Amino acid sequence: MTTHPARPDERPAATAGQPQPRRRVNTPTLLAYVVLSVGIVVTLFPFMWMLLTSLKGFQELFNLSFLPAAPTLDNYRQVLVETEFIRWFGNSLLVAGVTTASVLFFDSMVGYTLAKFDFPGKNIIFILILSTLMIPTEMLVIPWFVGVSDLQLTQSTPGAYFAIMFPGLISAFGVFLMRQFFETLPDDLLEAARIDGMSEFGIFWRIALPLVRPALASLAIFTFLGNWNAFLWPLIVIQKPEFRTLPVGTALFNGEAGTQWGLIMAASSLAVIPVLIVFAIFQKQIIEGIVLTGMKG
Amino acid sequence: MTSTAPTSTTPPRPRRGGSMRRHQTRTAYTFLLVPLIFFLIVRFLPTLSALRLSVFDWNILKEQQPFVGIENYERLFADEKFGQALRNTALYAVIGVPAQIALGLVVALMLNRIQALRGLFRALYFAPYVTPIVAAAWVWQWLFSPQFGPINTFLIWLNIPPQNFLTSPTQSLATTAALVVWQNLGFQIVLFLAGLAAIPRSYYEAAEIDGANGTQTFWKITLPLLNPTIVFSVVTGTISYLQLFTQVVNLNFTDQGGPLGSTMTVALYIYQIAFGRYQMGYASAITVVLFLIILAITLIQLRFLTRKYDL
Repeated sequence: MTTHPARPDERPAATAGQPQPRRRVNTPTLLAYVVLSVGIVVTLFPFMWMLLTSLKGFQELFNLSFLPAAPTLDNYRQVLVETEFIRWFGNSLLVAGVTTASVLFFDSMVGYTLAKFDFPGKNIIFILILSTLMIPTEMLVIPWFVGVSDLQLTQSTPGAYFAIMFPGLISAFGVFLMRQFFETLPDDLLEAARIDGMSEFGIFWRIALPLVRPALASLAIFTFLGNWNAFLWPLIVIQKPEFRTLPVGTALFNGEAGTQWGLIMAASSLAVIPVLIVFAIFQKQIIEGIVLTGMKG
Repeated sequence: MTSTAPTSTTPPRPRRGGSMRRHQTRTAYTFLLVPLIFFLIVRFLPTLSALRLSVFDWNILKEQQPFVGIENYERLFADEKFGQALRNTALYAVIGVPAQIALGLVVALMLNRIQALRGLFRALYFAPYVTPIVAAAWVWQWLFSPQFGPINTFLIWLNIPPQNFLTSPTQSLATTAALVVWQNLGFQIVLFLAGLAAIPRSYYEAAEIDGANGTQTFWKITLPLLNPTIVFSVVTGTISYLQLFTQVVNLNFTDQGGPLGSTMTVALYIYQIAFGRYQMGYASAITVVLFLIILAITLIQLRFLTRKYDL
């Protein structure tokens, strides 16, 4: 629940109704609650509206009552049965899953090497990798597209998936994050394993990696979310409908659905709800990951 | 390593220099081989390729691809639509970045005042940040729909005439920026909470002893000490606004670029030129300009924030 860095004066909130021993509920605190609550209502209104509209039948859509009079799951049935939604979902799961696995493996290996080894060219390699963060995706998609076309990658099924995935298989941001974490590992530990005759890869895999599990969790969630929501490159590279990812499929379907807002809201809800469930489970790691990159930046 | 007798705390190491260092270097480059090849093929070579493309008249549909030198760049400076896209993109950043920083700071300060429900509030504010952009954009369309949207219903209820929002050339950009701010707010709040937590309590205690009031404390202590966080937010925020694409495409799906091109961004214009008209050379020239702008902003950041790459 409380994942923020504890402030020294922090103590568990008093149970409701009891006056707090040290902090009276004074006017500024009350004002803070009011402002925050109003802000939350505004922030969450789009979600509520999306869900409630998705449960409205066609006759009810435009009469603007907040709650549906006769809630129906028909919009969801139509989206799931009459569109390729489940396939888009599976495509996104595959693309985001494979990309995340690849990023976790390679980024932690590069981060570990840059943090724990001393070798010529170490700093220049790190700076070169970081500098790729400045290159806008828009600049790269044109050469990528030309390359994918020349290699005729999209002709075969594995090739088509690979074409969607390849730009994200190793991420510079992840290298930066993992290097930060590996720097905090004590060298003696790795040295001791070396003395015991463990192979270098064994030391990395069996000793260093398990010690940075929280960082791996953060990186995994960020990478997965980023690829789950990726739009520009998939929109460009996907030519056959069966390879559409969730954002591309949803966008094109919504464009075709025209004025069938019930369907559009149901499709949007189906895209949003799984992500929010994952967020609810992992919010601690997500927020810690942001804190770490923001503070070390 | 000066001690010759091995102790339990310092295990004997191979001789310094020579073999040890060679061994380290060999291992390091073995580990780095695949990632380095990846960065070369997927990032560096395409960057050079984009630079090269930008001096050719390269159209995928045509056989001939003549070298044209800086002609693409000359055309770009005379291109009214590109000018509009660039102005719009700047406007997005000028509206969006200050708005999300100001709102994020207010909410973070308020969250710092309360104790009960703090984690819940923070999580709820953060939810839009993880929401898929495409879905959020379509919900936004419906919320701001001129005839049926709940926002206009609310305005009528307040006796304000209904607005056209996304279908109005003057309001569409602000409506789009509002979506981006709504999505980024949670991220800003988390950054500011971290920044606030890093300010030593003793500063505030000293201010209290000196009899400073809340306003003075904010201007004299909180804001100056949050400066690194604010600079970081401005720079990363600006760079993300410069690449605005997904929201703009999905908010006016049937009218790409909005009414009279009023929401057109540089990224969307690049997309249209490259993948709508297949003019890869001209589109590449635009990406080079975008890259130079981002490079300039990053260098300014390095100037202001001497980044330390160590903990």
